[in-house]
Amino acid sequence: MSAARQPLPHESAHLHVAGEATYIDDIPESRGTLHCAIGMSTEAHALIQTLDLDAVRAAPGVVLVITAEDIPGVNDCGPILHDDPILADGEVHYVGQPVFAVIAESREQARAAARLGKISYKPLPALLTPRQAHAAGAYVIDPMSLTRGEPDKALSAAPHSLSGQFDVGGQEQFYLEGQICYIIPKEDDGFHVYSSTQHPTEMQHVVCHALNLSQHQVTVEMRRMGGGFGGKESQSAIFCGIAAVAAAKTGRPVKLRPDRDDDMLITGKRHGFAYDYEVGFDDEGRILAAKIDMIANAGFSADLSGPVATRAICHFDNAYYLENVAINAYCARTNTQSNTAFRGFGGPQGALAIELIIEDIARTLGKDPVDVRAVNYYGKQDRNVTPYGQVVKDNLLHELLPELLDSSDYSARRKAIADFNAGNSVLKKGLAVTPVKFGISFNVKHFNQAGALVHVYTDGSVLVNHGGAEMGQGLNTKVAQVVAHELGISLSRVRASAADTSKVANTSATAASTGSDLNGKAAEDAARQIRVRLAELAAELYDCKAADVVFADDKVTAGSTQIPFSELVATAYTHRVQLWSDGFYKTPGLSWDKDTLTGNPFYYFAYGAAVSEVVLDTLTGEWKLLRADLLHDAGNSINPAIDIGQIEGGYIQGMGWLTTEELCWNDKGLLTTHAPSTYKIPASNDCPPVFNTSLFKGENPADTVLKSKAVGEPPLLLGFSVYFALRDAVANARADNSHALYVAPASCEAMLNAIAK
Amino acid sequence: MPTTTDISFLLNDEPQQVSQLAPTLTLLRYLREHLDLTGTKEGCAEGDCGACTVVVGEKDGDRLALKTLNACIAYLPTLHGKAVYTVEYLRRNGGAHPVQQAMVDCHASQCGFCTPGFVMSLWHHYETRIDQGGTDRAELANALAGNLCRCTGYRPILDAGEQMFKLPPVRFDFAPARKRLDSLPGGSLHYEAGAGRFYAPDSLDELLQLRRQMPDSTLLAGGTDIGLRTTKQFRDTGPLIYTLNVPELHELTVDDDVLRIGAAVSLTDAYKAVCKDYPQLAELRDRFASPPIRNAGTLGGNLANGSPIGDSAPWLIALGAQVVLSNADGDRTIALEDLYTGYMQQSRKDDEILRSVIIPRPVPGLQFHCWKVSKRYDSDISAVCGAFALQLEDGKINKARVAFGGMAATCARAGGCEAALNGKPWNKTTLAAAMTALDSDFSPLSDMRASAAYRQTLARNLLQRFYLLSGSDINPAGEQSLRAFTLPENTL
Ligand code: FES
Ligand code: FES
Repeated sequence: MSAARQPLPHESAHLHVAGEATYIDDIPESRGTLHCAIGMSTEAHALIQTLDLDAVRAAPGVVLVITAEDIPGVNDCGPILHDDPILADGEVHYVGQPVFAVIAESREQARAAARLGKISYKPLPALLTPRQAHAAGAYVIDPMSLTRGEPDKALSAAPHSLSGQFDVGGQEQFYLEGQICYIIPKEDDGFHVYSSTQHPTEMQHVVCHALNLSQHQVTVEMRRMGGGFGGKESQSAIFCGIAAVAAAKTGRPVKLRPDRDDDMLITGKRHGFAYDYEVGFDDEGRILAAKIDMIANAGFSADLSGPVATRAICHFDNAYYLENVAINAYCARTNTQSNTAFRGFGGPQGALAIELIIEDIARTLGKDPVDVRAVNYYGKQDRNVTPYGQVVKDNLLHELLPELLDSSDYSARRKAIADFNAGNSVLKKGLAVTPVKFGISFNVKHFNQAGALVHVYTDGSVLVNHGGAEMGQGLNTKVAQVVAHELGISLSRVRASAADTSKVANTSATAASTGSDLNGKAAEDAARQIRVRLAELAAELYDCKAADVVFADDKVTAGSTQIPFSELVATAYTHRVQLWSDGFYKTPGLSWDKDTLTGNPFYYFAYGAAVSEVVLDTLTGEWKLLRADLLHDAGNSINPAIDIGQIEGGYIQGMGWLTTEELCWNDKGLLTTHAPSTYKIPASNDCPPVFNTSLFKGENPADTVLKSKAVGEPPLLLGFSVYFALRDAVANARADNSHALYVAPASCEAMLNAIAK
Repeated sequence: MPTTTDISFLLNDEPQQVSQLAPTLTLLRYLREHLDLTGTKEGCAEGDCGACTVVVGEKDGDRLALKTLNACIAYLPTLHGKAVYTVEYLRRNGGAHPVQQAMVDCHASQCGFCTPGFVMSLWHHYETRIDQGGTDRAELANALAGNLCRCTGYRPILDAGEQMFKLPPVRFDFAPARKRLDSLPGGSLHYEAGAGRFYAPDSLDELLQLRRQMPDSTLLAGGTDIGLRTTKQFRDTGPLIYTLNVPELHELTVDDDVLRIGAAVSLTDAYKAVCKDYPQLAELRDRFASPPIRNAGTLGGNLANGSPIGDSAPWLIALGAQVVLSNADGDRTIALEDLYTGYMQQSRKDDEILRSVIIPRPVPGLQFHCWKVSKRYDSDISAVCGAFALQLEDGKINKARVAFGGMAATCARAGGCEAALNGKPWNKTTLAAAMTALDSDFSPLSDMRASAAYRQTLARNLLQRFYLLSGSDINPAGEQSLRAFTLPENTL
C-alpha cells in the first residue's frame, strides 16, 4: 500500500502530545547566551528629540544597548521596498515601533531595563484609519487599478443598481508560539540563526544586510513553528535583525523572544479593508457591472501590502463572472503596525466584498442568495475569463454546490429557519452558503520554485530536506509521504529534517498555500532520480527492463526476483550508485504583468463551499454557531486527515476574523487589544455542535504532486458563511428585513447596532 | 507549628527543594529555565491561553485533589506542599497515555504548540471523569475553555476528549504522592531570597499579625491578577503574604439561611456550592474565566480585588451578600456594596483582610438571575454583567436589588432602577419605567470591550430578559427560548 493518500498522523504528533517537539525556545541554550528585549515607541508619529538610555545601561544585568546607529549594515528589513527600519532612526511611525534594544544576562533583566528608556518626542500628525489616509492621499505604494469591459456604461444601463460602503477589520495572527530568534556566532564571522519563520532565506538576507555579510556566512535553521499563518513571513525579520546586531556586537549567543504583548504591539496583522462599491444587475441578480474601491490599511510601511492588494484584486471576482468591472486598490499609509501576510493574503478581503454584494442583491430582489450566486458562477465554456484575463478551466462549483446543498439539507433548513423566526421574537436564526474559488501560486512568477534533497542511506532509511517550513500545516508529513510513495516504501522509513539554508539554498517563503505543491514536487523529483538509478541497477542485476522494475511495499520486484528495498540499496552502494539526489521544481505556465495586472498568475484554482447556521440573541447580540457543513476540494488528497484539519481550522479562523476578533486602537494610536485577555480568538465552545466536513472527490487536472491541491489558505474563506449567516439573522430581526450590517467583525455590539439602525 | 524557610513540593513525584530563587519566579520559568522541562509552553504569560497548563495535586483529607493550573502566573512558593505534574509525567510508564494516544489518533495537533496544555487539561478531565465512565461534548468544551488552539478549530481535540475514554485505561496511583506530601516540611512558610520575601502563614492569627507588621505587603490569594503585575508590569509587590494556607479562610458552611464561604475557597468550589442554591448561576460559572483560573482564583480574591468588571460582585450584591473583614483587633461585617468606595478603592482598612462572604439562601418569592455579556463565550471579561433579585409577593415587588458590573467605576447597585421597581407590580409598565431609570443610574465608559451606548443598551436589555423570564403579567418564557447558548439541539 502506498504511503500517499492515507490519513496518517502528523509526523510530529507523537512528539507534540508528549511535549517533546522542540521549538526554538526549547533548544538548550549555549553557554553565555544573552537575552534581548525591545524598547518601543509610545507615539503614533513623532520625531525623536532625545533618546536618554543611561538608566537602561545602568540597569542590573545589562550588557549592551543598541540603537539604529549601532547597525553596521543596512537598517532595513522591508521585504520589497526599503522603508522598514529595524530600529527607528529619528522618526517613529507607530506606537510599538522598536526604537532600541537591550541585551542583558537574563530575559527578565532585559525586559525590565527596556522600560527605563527616556525618549522625548516632537509629535507629528498621525493618520490612524485607512479612510483617513485615503482622504489624505497617503499611500505606501502607488494605487493599482484593473478595468475590464465598460463598467460605467453597463452600470447606467442596468435595470437595478446598489451602492454602499463596507469596512472589515484586520486580524492578529495569534500564532501560539510567539516570534523568536536565537543567534549563535560561529567561527570565521559566521552565524547560525534559529528563527521561527516561514521564510528562512529572507531571514538570512536580513541578517546579512544588517551585518554586511555574505550569504554563505549565515545559516538559518527552522525545524518547526508553533503556528505562522503569514505572521512569520516577513515580520520575523525585525527580530532576526536586532538579534543579529546584538550577537555580532557581543560575540555571544543572543536570544530575542518578545513577550506576547510586545509581539502584538510590534508586528503587523491582516490588512483591514474599507470598500466603496457600486453594482448593476438584472432581474435574476446577474451582475452586469461592478465598481469597487478597496482601501487596504497598509500600516506605516509597504511590507507585503503590494502583493496583498494584488491578490485582493484577483479575488474580488471570487466565484463569479464579472463582465464589466473596475477595481481600484489603495494601500493606505497609516500610523499603525505594518500590516502583512495572513492566511489568504488579501484574497479573503477581495472575495468578502463581492459576497456581501451578492447577499444584498438577493435581499433587494427577494431571492435566495443561493440562486443569485448560481446565475453568477463562472461558466464552463463561456463566461469563464477572470477580470485579469485568466481562463477558469477547472471550475467545480457547478457540481460541488449541489452536492453540499443536498448533504446539508439546505432547502428544508431554510424553510425551518423561517418558521423558527416567525415564532420567536428574541432569538433569530440565520443561514448562509458561501463558495470559494482561490488561485494557487505566488503572483510573483519567480517565487514559484523549490528545491529538495533526498538521501537514501545504506540501511534503506531515507532523509528528506526541502525548502519549505513546517508550521503545523503538515508539510513535512506530506513531503515524506510523497517520497515514500515514489520509492515504494513505508512512511516509517522516511524522516523529514529542518529547513536549513545551508542545505537547500535560495528558498521561497512557505506561503500562498504553495508549500506542498512546490516542495512536494521537488522532493518527488529527487526521489525519482534515485529510484531510476536503483531501477537501472536492478534491471542489470536481475535481467529485466528498468521500466518494469516495481517499487512497492518496501520491496523491489525486478523480473522474477523480489528483494527488500533495503537490500537493493545496500547492493547499490557497493555498486557505487549515487544514493542521494537533489530535486527541483518550477511551476509551469505562469505569467503576470504587474503593470496591466493581467496574465495567468495561477496554476489552478481550489474550490469549496460552506453552509453555516447561527442563532442570534436580539437583546444582546450574543450568538451561537449551531451547525457547519463544509465541502472542500483538495484535489486527490495526499493526506485526507491533514487536509480536513486545514479545512476546519481555516474555517474557524475565518469565522474568528469576522466575528469575535476585534482589533481596537485608541485615539493615540495605541493598539488596546494587545493580548489574549482583550483579543478573542475562537475557543472550544465556538466549535459548532454539528460540524460536517468532507473532501470533494476528484483530482487536480493540473499536473500537481500526486494530483493534489493546495489547501492552506482557501478554507479560510469558508468562514465567510458564518458572517453572512449572522448578517442574515440581523436582517431577519429587523422590521423591514433589510440588510444593515456593513462592518466586520460582527461583534455583538455591531449586530445590535445594525438591528436598531 | 514550626516555620519553614525553603519551598518543598513534589514534581512528577520527585521532591523539589527550592531556596534562593526570587519568590515571584513563576512555576513555568522554573520548569523551563531551571529544570529544562520544556514540554510546558508559554503562549501569553497572563493566564489566557493554556499553553502552560499543568496539573497540581493538593491534600484533600487523605486523597490528592487534582486541579489544572496556569504555570505562567503561579509563583513558585505557592506550590509549597503540593504535587505538581507536567506533561513529561504522562509517559512515565513508557507508552503513550490514552489522552496522548487519542490526540494522535484524532489528528488533534497541527503546530503542536498548544498541545501539551490541552493534554494536561484533558488528562485532568480523564482522571476526574473516568470513574463516571466518561464525559460529554458540552462538559469537555467547558473543561477546555482555558486552552486556545489557533490551528485545529477544536473539533479533533473534542473528539480526542471522547476517544480517550474508549482506549484501554491507564490509572496512576496517587496514594504514594499523597503520603509523601505529609512528610514535606509543614507549618508556616517564611521564604526569603535576595530582596524578595514570601510569607505563607498557616493560621489566621499569624496572617493578621503579618499584615499589621508589613503595611507595604501585598496579599496574595490565587494570584491570577497579581501574577501579571510581575510578568507583565514589572511592578514591585513588596513582601507577599499568601492567604491560601490559612485553614480558617477555607471554611465553607451551609446554614439554614446563609452560606458562608471563606475568602480562600477557590472559585471552583465556591460556585459549586452556590450553584446548588442558585442553579441559574451555572452559565456564569462556566463562563467565568477558565477552569485553571477558577481553580487558582478565590471568591475572596475576586471581591477583594475590587475590579469594576469582576463577575462575582454583581450577583452577590443583588442577593444582599455581606463580607466579613478581619484585622488583629477583630471582625466586622458590612454589605458587599459598601466595600467599594471608588475605582479600585475600598473601605477595607490597610490591615484588614476579607475573611469570608455571607450569602443569603433562596427564599420563597425570590426571582433572581445574573448574566454576563462578552465578545466571546469562553474565558472573556464582561462588557456588562447584570444581576437582578426581586422579592415578589402577589405579583408585587417587595424588594428589588439590581446590580451591575462594567457600568461604573465599581460594581454597583442601580438605585434609580430599584426605586422604579420597588412596590410596583412586576409588569410591562414597571419594566419600561425601570429600563428608563437605568439610563440615569450609570454613565459607563467606552473601551475595547464595549462602547458606553452598548453598555447602556445591555443593562436595559438584560433587565428586559429578566422580565421575560419572570414577569407577572406574561406567560414567562423558558430560558431556552431566550438564550442563544441554550437553544436545544432538537431545534437544529
Ligand atoms: S502561557 Fe498562556 S496561560 Fe500561561
Ligand atoms: S495545534 Fe497549533 S495552536 Fe493548536
